[in-house]
Amino acid sequence: MEQLPQEYYQLLEEIQSVDFVIVELTLYLDTHPDDYNALQQYNQFAAYSKKLKDNFESLFGPLEQGSLIKNTDYWSWSSSPWPWQV
Amino acid sequence: MWKYEKKLQYPVKVSTCNPTLAKYLIEQYGGADGELAAALRYLNQRYTIPDKVVGLLTDIGTEEFAHLEMIATMIYKLTKDATPEQLKEAGIDAHYVNHDKALFYHNAAGAPFTATYIQAKGDPIADLYEDIAAEEKARATYQWIIDLSDDPDLNDSLRFLREREVVHSQRFREAVEILKEERDRKKIF
Ligand SMILES: [Fe+2]
Repeated sequence: MEQLPQEYYQLLEEIQSVDFVIVELTLYLDTHPDDYNALQQYNQFAAYSKKLKDNFESLFGPLEQGSLIKNTDYWSWSSSPWPWQV
Repeated sequence: MWKYEKKLQYPVKVSTCNPTLAKYLIEQYGGADGELAAALRYLNQRYTIPDKVVGLLTDIGTEEFAHLEMIATMIYKLTKDATPEQLKEAGIDAHYVNHDKALFYHNAAGAPFTATYIQAKGDPIADLYEDIAAEEKARATYQWIIDLSDDPDLNDSLRFLREREVVHSQRFREAVEILKEERDRKKIF
């Protein structure tokens, strides 16, 4: 496995922390569906996560099926490392 | 359906190759209160539980699969560079003989995963109480593993998982209250 730049870990951890907020808000909203503030926060973080992932994927390849294949003319799903390899 | 994201829910780092810790962690992979049991338990209960808590079971069940992947990553990283000699020293020679370094769904004592670890009663309160108990048992197991582990990087990820069990338990308790409230309202009208 070739060495990944520090930036890979930084950007990934940023996504992980934003997505963690989304998971937390999701479970909270499952039992508090009419909490308007939580709903607002959820939407904010969902938009932020999408932005971060767009940037990450343009540098390091797709994070999920359905993402645009950027900067490349080949199927890059399997060419970046898997989560347990980094 | 499910969608896979090519990332862990929380970073998993390990300080050193340590098959002994991997041996403990297998408990949370294929053990009675492990992540596989949790995911299968919650997702299976969804079909017969009142609509108000289907979302919660779906979301927690899905998160448990993310935890399963974290545990697998820990075990993989703790054993990938181990020699057969080190595996023997750690007491996982019996696993090695059967599976090499492949992961397998069994508990720390080597007993294979079984569906009898999980229950589905079709009674929403009974099912949710089982879920709360499962979360508390998983939380306790993580605590015992943290107590045995001297790997600071690994313990950071284990503490994250332990805290998730606390939150899941809390949400399941709220689900019980939601259903009780709904039941009482039906009795009144
Ligand atoms: Fe859990």
